[in-house]
Amino acid sequence: MSTPTTVEPTADPRASLFRRLPVISHFNKSVGLQRGMLVAGLILTGAFVLTAIFAPLLAPYGYSQLSDADGNFPAQQEPGGKHLLGTTVGGYDVLSRVIWGTQTAIMVIVVAVLMSIFIGVILGLVSGYIGGWLDRILVVIADAIYAFPSLLVAIVMAIVISGGQSSLLGGVTAAAISITVVFIPQYFRVIRAETIRLKAEPFVESAKVVGASNIRIMTRHIYKNATRTLPLIFTLNASEAILTLAGLGFLGFGIEPSSAAEWGFDLKQALADTTSGIWWTGVFPGLAMVLTVVGLTLMGESINDLNDPRLRGRKKAASGKGGPDSPAGAQAALETEARLP
Amino acid sequence: MTTLIEAPPTDADGLLPSKKKSSGGGLGQYILIRFLLIFPTIFILVTMVFFLMRITGDPITAAMGGRLPPEQLAERIAAAGYDRPILVQYFEYLGQLVTGNFGTTLSDNRQVTEMLTTYGSATLELTINALLVALLVGIPLGMIAAYRRDHAPDAVLRVFAIVCYGTPVFFAGMLLKLTFAVWLGWLPVAGRAKTSSELELTSLQSPTGIYWLDAIRSGNMAALGDVMAHAVLPAVALGLLTAGIFLRLVRTNVIGTLGRDYVEAGRSRGVSEFRLVTKHAYKPALIPIITVMGLQIAVLLGGAVLTETTFEWKGLGFQLATYLTARDFVAVQGIVVLLAVIVAVTNFIVDIVAALIDPRVRY
Repeated sequence: MSTPTTVEPTADPRASLFRRLPVISHFNKSVGLQRGMLVAGLILTGAFVLTAIFAPLLAPYGYSQLSDADGNFPAQQEPGGKHLLGTTVGGYDVLSRVIWGTQTAIMVIVVAVLMSIFIGVILGLVSGYIGGWLDRILVVIADAIYAFPSLLVAIVMAIVISGGQSSLLGGVTAAAISITVVFIPQYFRVIRAETIRLKAEPFVESAKVVGASNIRIMTRHIYKNATRTLPLIFTLNASEAILTLAGLGFLGFGIEPSSAAEWGFDLKQALADTTSGIWWTGVFPGLAMVLTVVGLTLMGESINDLNDPRLRGRKKAASGKGGPDSPAGAQAALETEARLP
Repeated sequence: MTTLIEAPPTDADGLLPSKKKSSGGGLGQYILIRFLLIFPTIFILVTMVFFLMRITGDPITAAMGGRLPPEQLAERIAAAGYDRPILVQYFEYLGQLVTGNFGTTLSDNRQVTEMLTTYGSATLELTINALLVALLVGIPLGMIAAYRRDHAPDAVLRVFAIVCYGTPVFFAGMLLKLTFAVWLGWLPVAGRAKTSSELELTSLQSPTGIYWLDAIRSGNMAALGDVMAHAVLPAVALGLLTAGIFLRLVRTNVIGTLGRDYVEAGRSRGVSEFRLVTKHAYKPALIPIITVMGLQIAVLLGGAVLTETTFEWKGLGFQLATYLTARDFVAVQGIVVLLAVIVAVTNFIVDIVAALIDPRVRY
């Protein structure tokens, strides 16, 4: 990697704590277009999270509610009147299911990504630090899973966990675990590569000389240095988690409509409606999904660009001509891109 | 991780012995070792899929459970040999795979091998079409984005790229279907061809199964038009998914090479900026794209499962969804294994091509 000519400090140590907070400091560093993308991402992601939190207040009906005081909901009613976004074949209120769907999505993202970070980081640290045959085996397995279509891995896992049946929280857990298996290799690879690099650093050697145990070196010295890139992968994977969950739901491995609202399942149901021109059952859950994924990706990508001086837009003076002097910096960004669904 | 663009993933992990002997071997040895690495990959996936699917129980209970009385169920399980120790079954399965025998599907009682060849060609056709769409859309747009870096077109194209892969392929398919098939009525709603042309094409002598190829071979222009019309929407839906990724790859790589000395030299000689992008910076930027295309094959195959279901395109993905619903895990296992082989072989080919183009990959 060649040294960039103008390396700006990631956070000015003299700045107030508020200005050094992750997203705030990114915002201050950004200019023009990049700021626009970051802000758009933040707004969309914020709206997604807030909708999930306040779903009980926002949604006019429950996700599995089929009737109210006036009687049963009509089936396939056009948007308008009592049902702002219409109703589905089964008589569910589309708006309510779209809103409740955010909760399911967030639950699955959080469980899936946390589990895969936890397992992936441990495996990566151990594999990279200890090396030897254990490392070789883990790498071959991770590569095999990594190269394979993630949706198929998720399907196989969904079969294993729930046998294809889906119950209340079981559905969420099954989906989350299926996604976890897909993600572990990614975290594993990042952490392992970093660990191998850090292992040769003088500070690790010094720690050894002082007599620190292997576990201590792994957990204190290497762990803290190796996990810097994780927040970025987190945002990018969050969007992949949503897409995988929806894919599972679309193929009929999702969560039953009576247990939770799930966009993929709704789209599966809506597929049959399209030929008769009924668009509202599919378009709205689909749009919710696209907006969420686009929001998360915009946020993750802007933060990634801003963390890398070569990709960051310069304040006026150098803009336009200040292309990255080597593709190496761009590759860090590309690596994550290449994998996106 | 950052080595991915320059070298195939397997190299980055230091598995290739050739890396250690810095000069020995050369291309021949590299290809041989890389070829041998296909087998552990396939073996691991087959083993994992086999044991994972058996954790849930035997396929017959999964498919027939609840529909047959327990005695009959036990009888059929014994007849199929699913009551034997799992390791015995595993080695028997491996032996069958080596001889190309994938077993018989439970739900419609077909040879899995026959089912795979019938539907595999449909999936192949869809994947090729989609890849074409992706390259035709992604590469030119990526060059435009790099050329107009940090200006309005770049912004629009980058957002377009994000929307492309942020849209689930089945939702994109649904929107395309609604707009062009249902409302405008320009293109057919679903399927691979009209029943009449499908009959004509499948009754040909030794059909390839790839409809447009068969139509051209038999000189049946009416069928060709029909097949093409059916192919447009699925190809666009699946192709756009990957087009976004190609767009970004081309953009980032062209921007990277635009900063190189030789491009600067060209600029100082008065070569136009447009020519710099399309000639000088573009070709070196293609090398990483070839490598990433290998990974994209996996993405496309995964996406094909969803696209085929959306458009009732009777390929492996459509069948997979059908067999999943029927809980026919013998068939599911067959499809998954075939896809594993395809992915492993594609990655092998891509690595070799990358090594041929760029000797640095081989060390």
